[in-house]
Order: sequence, then C-alpha cells, then structure tokens
Amino acid sequence: MSGDSRILGLFYLSPYIIGLLVFTALPFAASFYLSFTDYNLMSAPVFTGLDNYWKLFTGDRTFRKSLWVTLVYVFTTVPLKLAFALFIAVILNYKLKFINFFRTAFYVPSILGGSIAIAVMWRYLFADVGIVNMGLATLGIEPVNWFGDPTNALFTITLLRLWQFGSAMVIFLAALQSIDKSLYEAASIDGAGKFATFWHITMPLITPVIFFNLIMQMVQAFQEFNGPYIITQGGPLKSTYLLPLYIYEEAFKRFDMGYASAIAWVLFVIIMVLTLIAFWSSRHWVYYAGDKRS
Amino acid sequence: MADHILTQNLALDQEADRVLKAQRRRQIIGATLRYGVLTVVGLFMLYPLIWLVGASFKPNSEIFAGAGFIPDEATVAGYVQGWQTSTPYTFGRFFWNTFLIVVPKMIGTVISCTAVAYGFARFDFPGKKILFASLIATLLLPNVVTRIPQYLLFRDLGWLDTFLPLWVPSAFAGDAFFVFMLVQFLRAIPRDMEEAARVDGANTWQVLLFIVVPLLTPALISVCLFQFMWTMNDFLGPLIYLSSVDKFPVSLALKLSIDTTEAFEWNRILAMSVLTIMPALIVFFVAQKYFIEGISAGGVKG
Repeated sequence: MSGDSRILGLFYLSPYIIGLLVFTALPFAASFYLSFTDYNLMSAPVFTGLDNYWKLFTGDRTFRKSLWVTLVYVFTTVPLKLAFALFIAVILNYKLKFINFFRTAFYVPSILGGSIAIAVMWRYLFADVGIVNMGLATLGIEPVNWFGDPTNALFTITLLRLWQFGSAMVIFLAALQSIDKSLYEAASIDGAGKFATFWHITMPLITPVIFFNLIMQMVQAFQEFNGPYIITQGGPLKSTYLLPLYIYEEAFKRFDMGYASAIAWVLFVIIMVLTLIAFWSSRHWVYYAGDKRS
Repeated sequence: MADHILTQNLALDQEADRVLKAQRRRQIIGATLRYGVLTVVGLFMLYPLIWLVGASFKPNSEIFAGAGFIPDEATVAGYVQGWQTSTPYTFGRFFWNTFLIVVPKMIGTVISCTAVAYGFARFDFPGKKILFASLIATLLLPNVVTRIPQYLLFRDLGWLDTFLPLWVPSAFAGDAFFVFMLVQFLRAIPRDMEEAARVDGANTWQVLLFIVVPLLTPALISVCLFQFMWTMNDFLGPLIYLSSVDKFPVSLALKLSIDTTEAFEWNRILAMSVLTIMPALIVFFVAQKYFIEGISAGGVKG
C-alpha cells in the first residue's frame, strides 16, 4: 500500500501543487523581482535596484501617511473587535433563552459586511443628515462630520469593521461551549469567584482561539479595501488612504507596477513580522490542553 | 430548651431564606443586564439593515427627513428606475453575470478542495509536511503581494476582461481556507468504513466518491455557501479584471450607479443595494446552520 499511497497522495494533491506553483509561488517571486524594477506595462521591466524602496522611505510623503493610517487602523480595529466579540460571546454563553436569535442577529453583519452595498449603506447612515447624527441629536449631541473631518473619517471606517464582530464571536462562542463543565464545578467547590474562574480557567482554555482570531483579523485588516474605497475614497486629506488603496492606484490607475510591488512588499513584510511575533510569543501565552496537537 | 431550638431553627430558616432571596435577586439583575446588553447590541446590528430596506421604498425627499424606517409614502420608484441603470443593460444582466462567476467558481472549489483535502488527510507521501505547511502559509499570505504578477500572468494568457481569472485559481484549490477546513472535518471522521471498502476491492476514488463525499456533505455545503458569499461580495477581483460593462457583476454595477447617479437619486442606489444583498441574506437564513458549523470547525479545531 505504501508505494501506491505515495503516488495516490500526490495525485490527489496535484491541483493544489499546480495552483501553488502557478498562482502563488511564481507570482510571489515575480512580485519580489518587480519591486526592484521600473515597469509601466508599455516596455519590459527595467531593473533599478533599490530605487523604489529608496523613494518610498525618503521622498514619498503619501506612503508615510498611508503607512501610518494603516497601522493606526489595524491597531485600533483588531483589539477592539476581538475584545468586543469575546465580551458578547461570554454573555451568550450563559444559558440564555433566544441565544440562537441573538447569535444570528450578531452574525448577519459579518455575512454582508464586506459587500459594496453595506459600504454604500454606511455612507448614508453616517452622512451629515444621516440617521446616526439624527440619533445623536435626540441625545442632545451636536452632529458629527463623520467623513469630512480627517480625524473622524478613519474612525467611521473602523466602526464598519467593528460592526462585523460576529464571525470572531461565533468562533469564541464555540470555544466557550466546548469547555468541560466539570472544571467550573471544581473551581466553584474550591471557592473561586466568577472573575477568578474566568481569568484562570476560561481564558487559558480559549487562548488558542484568541490566537487564531488575532492572526486572521490582523491579516484581513491590513488588506481592507472595499470600505475606504467606497465610503471615503481614501480622503479627506488621505486620512483613510490605507496601503491597499495606494497599491491599487499605483498599479491599476497609474500602471506603475514596480513601485506598487515595492509598496506591497513593505506591507507584506510588516504583516509577516507581526505574524512571526505573534507565533513566537504564543508559546508564552497560548495554552494547548494536553498538548496533543500534531 | 425546646423553645430555644425552635427559635434557633426559625432564625436559621430566616437566614437561609434571606440568602436565597438575595441570590435570586442577583440572578435576576444579572439576567436583566445580559438581556439588556444583547438587545442594545442587537439593535445596533440590525437597525441599519432594517433602515436600509425601509429607506429603499422611500421617495428621495424622505430619505434624509427622519430616522424611522417606515416610508410615509411607499414607492417602488427606486427599484424600477434603479433596475434600468444608466447603462444599456438592466440589473438583470448584472445578476446573470454574477451567477456566471459564482457557479463555476463554486463547482471548481468543491471538487479541487475535496480531492486535495482527501490527499492530505488519508495518504502519506514524501513532502507532505512541507506541503501542509505551505497550505497554512498561503492561508496567511496576503493576496496583495501576489495580485500584480497574477494580473500580468492573466494578461499574457489573454484572459483579461473574461471570467477566467476569477474562476481558474479556485479550481486549483486556491482557497486554502477551504482545504484546511475540509482536512479538519476529515480528520474527525473514522476511517473504518473506508478501510472496509478498500478490503472489498474498491479503489481510492471510489472510496472518495461513495464513502467520503457523502460523509463530508455538510462540510461541502459550508464550503459552497462561504464561496458563494465571498464571491458575491468580491469587488476588487472584478474591478481589476473586468473592463466591459456587459460583463460586470452586481458589485461593480452598484459602484457604477453610485458614480453616475448618487448626487440626487438616492433611492435608486439604496434599492439596488438591497437587491444585491438579498441573495446572500436569503441563502444565509435558509442554511445558517452550515455557516456556524463551518466557521466553528475551521476556527476551533485549528
């Protein structure tokens, strides 16, 4: 069976191996090469060494702004979203009635959230005369200029992401529900309070899921495009001009493929470094029950 | 003496009663707080969508006139005019294009991901560990890095302005998430039946088709549903690869109608927004069990 199995295994994997080479590995390498070239689609790429990177880090104020905005966006959105998703999952984990109703209601925005239609809706909700400002007015709060003011615009985009906390919440909830109830009984017999139980039993047991959600949400947040593209077009004053928007415009509006590749690589390296930090640090804070993972 | 014991018992009873009452009161307060939080959050989650649907039936003059969602003068003008669009095509055409993108992509995904997951979960071969590691790496690899060379590749193949760039990578198990999810499902399924069938002389693809696929059906439904949603919502892919309006899916068509009519015809935009999210919403409500299971399996068991 074993010789047979080798060939068969590779046979079943062949679509993946071909796809990996043609659509991932090759483009990945090509992208790295292109980032050192000047390529405008009209003539062949010209190797220019570190010129693109030199220009990015010394002369390009748009890049610096865009990088800063992206980091602010990711570092506010991801922790807020995870904390909120966990908070709601913990509440839902009490034996409540209508839990299915609430879970569905909270999950629907995640299903639709990435769509253009929802980004359009966000523009109407947060318009100067939209219902958000109407709601604030009934509380006696002055209308807020959600999109026109550079300090608010990024926050409005962040809110759209937070509104989609449901998918992370569903994962947290499943993890909470899978915790062995006898652990809680033991803790309660030992006289542990609610907070101590949560901190010393629940939290360690769900750290693998926190870790998973953290990585996935971070990688996604760094690539946010639809929201800012539709809602603010990166403005005002580039205050929502996330790096994916900059890359898109350099590559597919100005056809500066080499420069766009260099920006993409900076973004990639940032994501990779943060992911590696997360993986490296995980041995100190992620707890795997029984440690039987393969 | 007896009196003394009696009063002591009474005091104990009263004390126990008091503790129980306090406990019950705490429970009621706790439950009220929890339901309160859930209801408020639920309102923030759902009211925007309810408002969107209501506002799409309002005349333009009414849309920004109040925060309520029920139109004073309900009208379907937004739907009728929005459907016509400012292009030579109706939204019917754009829905048809979306369908043409989604269905082949879904089929290619299911077939390729099932085969690959089967290979990973049931066979041993040299390089398996590295290949599985590459799967995880692809899962984390930001598309933004590979997008430009992929575009150049499809340009050289002459595939620009066709649906091929949107279909083909998925047919080669390009969505690592699904392979990963199916491997997790397969690992949880016992191999007894497959081994019995092998002893009876079935070959591996018969085992895959007649034993594994039926057992995997719920997971495959999850895969289809997620791919359906993601492709419906996908905007950047079509934006890069499709340039002719007659090939636009609804996401691009909606962006086009914003650019051409938003300054004044708000209800058309809102009406078409409602229509474009309807398929996803209906599918979700019909099959939400599979979504919750799929996302939980992919996340928790990982």
